[in-house]
Amino acid sequence: MADTKPRTLFDKVWDAHVVEQLPDGTCVLYIDRHLVHEVTSPQAFEGLRLAGRKVRRPDATIAVADHNIPTEGRANGIKEADSRIQVETLERNVAEFGVPYFPIMSPQQGIVHIIGPEQGISLPGMTIVCGDSHTSTHGAMGSLAFGIGTSEVEHVLATQTLLQNRAKNMLVRVDGVLPVGCTAKDIVLTIIGKIGTAGGTGHVIEFAGPAIRALDMAGRMTVCNMSIEAGARAGMIAPDETTFAYVRGKPYAPKGEALERAIDWWRSLPADEGAVYDKTVVIDAAGIAPMVTWGTNPEAVVPVTATVPDPTAEPDEAKRAQLARMVEYMGLTPGQKMTDLKIDVVFIGSCTNGRIEDVRAAAAIAKGRKVAPGVRAMVVPGSGIVRDQAEAEGLDKILLAAGFEWREPGCSMCLGMNPDKLTPGQRCASTSNRNFEGRQGPGGRTHLLSPAMAAAAAVTGHIADVRELG
Amino acid sequence: MDKFTTLTGVAAPLPMANVDTDKIIPARFLKTIKRTGLGVHLFDTLRFDADGKERPEFVLNQGPYRKAEILIAHENFGCGSSREHAPWALLDFGIRCVIAPDFADIFHNNTYKNGILPIRLPRAVCDQLMEDARQGDNARLTIDLEEQVVVRPNGEKIKFEIDAFRKHLLLNGLDDIGQTLQHAPKIDSYEARQTQEKSWMPGISV
Repeated sequence: MADTKPRTLFDKVWDAHVVEQLPDGTCVLYIDRHLVHEVTSPQAFEGLRLAGRKVRRPDATIAVADHNIPTEGRANGIKEADSRIQVETLERNVAEFGVPYFPIMSPQQGIVHIIGPEQGISLPGMTIVCGDSHTSTHGAMGSLAFGIGTSEVEHVLATQTLLQNRAKNMLVRVDGVLPVGCTAKDIVLTIIGKIGTAGGTGHVIEFAGPAIRALDMAGRMTVCNMSIEAGARAGMIAPDETTFAYVRGKPYAPKGEALERAIDWWRSLPADEGAVYDKTVVIDAAGIAPMVTWGTNPEAVVPVTATVPDPTAEPDEAKRAQLARMVEYMGLTPGQKMTDLKIDVVFIGSCTNGRIEDVRAAAAIAKGRKVAPGVRAMVVPGSGIVRDQAEAEGLDKILLAAGFEWREPGCSMCLGMNPDKLTPGQRCASTSNRNFEGRQGPGGRTHLLSPAMAAAAAVTGHIADVRELG
Repeated sequence: MDKFTTLTGVAAPLPMANVDTDKIIPARFLKTIKRTGLGVHLFDTLRFDADGKERPEFVLNQGPYRKAEILIAHENFGCGSSREHAPWALLDFGIRCVIAPDFADIFHNNTYKNGILPIRLPRAVCDQLMEDARQGDNARLTIDLEEQVVVRPNGEKIKFEIDAFRKHLLLNGLDDIGQTLQHAPKIDSYEARQTQEKSWMPGISV
């Protein structure tokens, strides 16, 4: 009996959103929330206009500009013409199609994946999409959230559905207790190091186990955020009391009796006893150390205590060539200690680590210390709400006193679409999600790590083990 | 969207794994509000040096491959971001088919929406086709979508798999939205049911 077969969290959320299944298995999947930003939407709105179509559910859609807006002097407008045109185009489109929009100067503005949960727009059990691969972030709420291309953005705007094939189930269970000095970022980097950048392709990953349960919502979002770096379009964490406590009081979340009804349903979402996963990976949290990437994809990651790997030790010829290319691009010497790598720039922010908890972690290290000479260290809050909260706690003062820059919210140097870019050869300790060649600026060299580790790099001037800073 | 039925053309060998979307089209070129015109920036960092001069060693800067319509690569092609600018740039350059052992999911979806056919074949077969491709103009490949085969220059046919629905859309050049709107009554009734069952779910207004 199909109805009595134990189901996973993903199965339950998927099943609840199937409008129709086509003969070949493709499903028309209903979408509860659609987040829209300036870079991947202009061509979608243009498509609607050309076809004479409307936005089917403006009340299930929210737009915000985040990718290419400047993180300083914003009140004076956007200097770069092409960026300005994209933002103006978004503003014209949301006005024409009646889509709710958080303007650039409003406190609700921020990185689309920060503001969804923060505003209570992203809720458990929902299907959530956005024209951005890091939409997987929202899976931390216990929702099915994934990135889509611009044609699919247009499809959702027009129909509130997507044509999708059901993904496979993958379970990543993190047992035990995370050691002191380690964070959600170290968990997810460890996972990607273990399963590889394509380890989750075709799957939705459910993160489970005591070490995941113990994370706060910010940490869970960091983990789900990087699901896509393991190839999985979506990562999910079953909703629990931590989730419900987070949702309570959020501006767009249900209130009172409606919230209690919602929670009743949300409690039914965790996987049934005996639910089957196509793949299972188990990791012992006790073995996790603060992690740093050394190469040009997130799988090229080592504990901070390790050395740069030697490509000649790799038996496969194609892989050996790829590793050698990484060593060359990153300007490294095999066998070099990671902690000997001097850095030029520190970037703390992004949809991976731009939440208030991340700013607090950075400020805790920065307090009473100074950014090392020659290092540029920037902190970019993920939203206006994060910025205001940090300022209310005096974190901006601590960071500024230590010599960090305190900037306005946006995607910033995660992908260098705005003026925040690395110059060729610069080495950056970054809390973002991708260390691809040229990601943070042409020729730039990115080392991914946690906010505390990034702050430690800022104050020492090199990659440093945060556990030794005390 | 243009139909995809058969294609005979020069295939460019790109023996790299994990070709990410930042490599296919760096973020600085995403600041456009159009779908066209991105071909000149395809593989920008691999194709051009810091001064904008062509790197002669890169395959798409070499003789016949300037007109390549097929690209052959290694594992996990298109990993990274959801930017549809990646298939737009490929298409604008003239690439209508990418052959690789496997693709990243979002990129894979995005190709179909633009009339580009992604073909998954085992690594050993990709390497064989790459050898064919290295002969440039003298070794065109033919892709026959109806028959689901890649025809090598020596006439050998290699079968590939594709979802029936996606094949139907590509062969007929159909747009997804039109297809989905045929199910509009079902969407209406789903919405009506959801309004009842999930009445706790608030709408967004600002």
